Amino acid sequence: MSQEVDKRNSVANIAPTRPGRLRTFLESDIVYSWKRQPVVILATLVTLVMFAAALFAPWIAPQNPFDPGQLDLIDAFTPPMTTSEFTGNFYLLGSDSQGRDVFSAILYGSRISLLVGFAAVIFALVMGTALGLLAGFRGGWRDALIMRIADVQLTFPSILMALLIFGVIRGFLPRSMHAEVAIIVLIIAIGLSDWVQYARAVRGATMVEKSKEYVQAARVIGLPARKILFLHILPNVLRPVLVIGTIGLALAIIAEATLSFLGVGMPATQPSLGTLIRVGQDYMFSGEWWILLFPGVALLILALSVNLLGDWLRDVLNPKLR
Amino acid sequence: MLAFLIQRVLQAIFVMFVVALISFSLFHYVGDPVLNMLGQEATEADRAALRAQLGLDQPVVVQFWNFVVNAAQFEFGISYRSARPVTDLILERLPATLELATISAIFAVVMGILLGIYTALRRRSWLAHFIMTASLIGVSLPTFLIGVLLIYVFAVELGVLPAFGRGETVDLGWWDTGLLTTSGLRSLILPAITLGLFQLTLIMRLVRAEMLEVLSTDYIKFARARGLSKRVVNLRHALKNTMIPVITIIGLQLGTIIAFAIITETVFQWPGVGALFITAVRFVDVPVMAAYLMMIALVFVVINLVVDLLYYAVDPRLRAQGGGK
Repeated sequence: MSQEVDKRNSVANIAPTRPGRLRTFLESDIVYSWKRQPVVILATLVTLVMFAAALFAPWIAPQNPFDPGQLDLIDAFTPPMTTSEFTGNFYLLGSDSQGRDVFSAILYGSRISLLVGFAAVIFALVMGTALGLLAGFRGGWRDALIMRIADVQLTFPSILMALLIFGVIRGFLPRSMHAEVAIIVLIIAIGLSDWVQYARAVRGATMVEKSKEYVQAARVIGLPARKILFLHILPNVLRPVLVIGTIGLALAIIAEATLSFLGVGMPATQPSLGTLIRVGQDYMFSGEWWILLFPGVALLILALSVNLLGDWLRDVLNPKLR
Repeated sequence: MLAFLIQRVLQAIFVMFVVALISFSLFHYVGDPVLNMLGQEATEADRAALRAQLGLDQPVVVQFWNFVVNAAQFEFGISYRSARPVTDLILERLPATLELATISAIFAVVMGILLGIYTALRRRSWLAHFIMTASLIGVSLPTFLIGVLLIYVFAVELGVLPAFGRGETVDLGWWDTGLLTTSGLRSLILPAITLGLFQLTLIMRLVRAEMLEVLSTDYIKFARARGLSKRVVNLRHALKNTMIPVITIIGLQLGTIIAFAIITETVFQWPGVGALFITAVRFVDVPVMAAYLMMIALVFVVINLVVDLLYYAVDPRLRAQGGGK
C-alpha cells in the first residue's frame, strides 16, 4: 500500500459539521490555523497564481504555442531571458526547437494538466460518493459487491491501475481516434483508478449517519429514501470527500504528468506539463536545458503546493490529530 | 484457519479471473487476428482454415477456456509488433527488471531503516529535521521527475554516471546480469535511487513512527532503569519490536517497486519488462499487453496472499476471531 493510501485512510472518520456563514468561517479554526502557518499561506498563494495563470493563459502568454503562424523557426533554441536578434521577440524562459516560447507552452500545458486533474478528481469523487452512499445506505449484496471490488482495486497502486485502464480503453478504440480522445481517455483512466478512497470514506460516514436520530425522524415523517439520501445524508458526509479531493488533485496531476511523460497520455500536439518534460528530455543532452527544466519546475511547484494544501486541510479537518 | 485460507484463496482466484477476462476481451475485440496474420490477399477458405486452426470458430466460452489454459502455461502468442513469441520477449527482459527492483529494494530498506532509527533517536537534531523535510518534498515529487533531474545533474552536468541503458552485461546462459561489470554497476546507480527513493521515505517514516512509539513504552523505561546500555536498549529491545509492521510494509511494497519500475525503466531506457509494456500500450500490441497484465496481477495477488497469511500467522487476534476481518 502506498503513501497516498495511508494519507486518505486517515481522513475517513472525520465527523461532519454544519457549514457556517462567512463570519463563522472567518472566525473558524480553519482560518485561524491558516493564518498561523506561513508555509500554508505561501502554498495557497502559489496555487492561486498557478490556477489563474492556467485559466487566463490565452491573455497572459506572449504567443499561442499551438498556432504555427505565430512561431518563428528562426528563433529556435533561444536561451532564457533573451531578446531574439532576428525577430526582436523576448523569450522569458527560452524557446524550443520550433521557436515556441517555453513560458507560453508551460501556461497552456498547465491548463491541460489542471483540466485533466480536476476532471479526473470530479469523476472519481462523483462515482466514489455515489457508490459509497449506495453501499452504506442499502447494505446487503450491493455493499458486499462494491466493497469487494474496492478491495481488489486497492491491491494495485493507483498509477499502475490508471496505466492499465488507459491501455485497455485504448486497445478497444480504433487507432485513428487515439490522439483526439486522449484527454477523455486519460480523465476516465485516472478517475477510475481513484474512486475507491471516496467510496470507502462515504460508506463509513453514511453508515454512521444512517442510524442517527435525524435520519430516523425523516423516515418517520415518511420521506422517500431518495430524498433522505441526497438531502439529509449526503451533505453530512461530504467533508471527508472534499479533503480526499484536495489531496487527490495533487495525485491526479502527478498521475497525468507521469502517463504523458511515458508517452501514453497527452500527445505532442496537445502537450500537458508531462508531455513537455518528455519532449524536453531529448534536448537535455545537447545543452538546451531550459526546454526540460522549466516545465519540470512548474510541475514540481504545482504538485508541491497543492499537496501541502491538501495535507494542511486534512490535518485541520481531522479532530483526531489536534 | 481453513475458512480464512479458503476465503483469501478464492478472492485471489477471483482477481485473476477478472484480469484474465479483461485480457481475453482485449484479444477478442481489438481487430481480427486472422486479418492481422494473413493480410489482404488471402482467400476466404484460407481464413476459415486459420480460424479453425486458431480455434476462433469455437464458442466464446471455449475460447476463453483455451486462453486461460494457455496463460497458465505462459503461452500468450506472438507479439504484433516484433513478430516474436511474447514469452521470449518477457523472459529475456525479466533479468533487467528483477535486478533493478532487487537493488532498489535493498537500497530503500537499508537506508530507510538506518535513517528511520537515526531520526527517531536524534529527533531534535537539525539533521533529523532536515531529513524529515526533505522526505516530505521527496514524497510530493513524481518519480519520473526525480529520474530526469538525477540524469540532468549526474550525467549531463557532472558527467560522472551513465544516463541510460544497462551498460555491459554478462550472459550467464539463463540470466543476463549487469552486476558483474563496472559499467553495469555504474548504470544501475541512478535508476536504483530513482526507483527506491519513494519506498525509502515510506520505510523511514514508518520506522521512525514505530520506534518513537516503542521508546515511550514501559518495558523500555524498565530496561533503562535496569542500567542497560543505550545501545542494547535501542537496538535490541526497541528496534526488534518495531520490525513487525515494517516487514509487512516492505513485503507489500515489493509489488509497488515492480509497478513503478515501468516509470524508471522508461526514464533510463532500461531494457526491462516495464519499458516493454509501455511500448506495447503505445503501439496497441495486444499479446504483450495481455501477458504483462496477467503477470503483474499474479505478482500482486501472490504478494497480497502471502502478506495476509503472514498476518494470520503473526497476529493471534485474527485466529481468535475465527479468521474474520
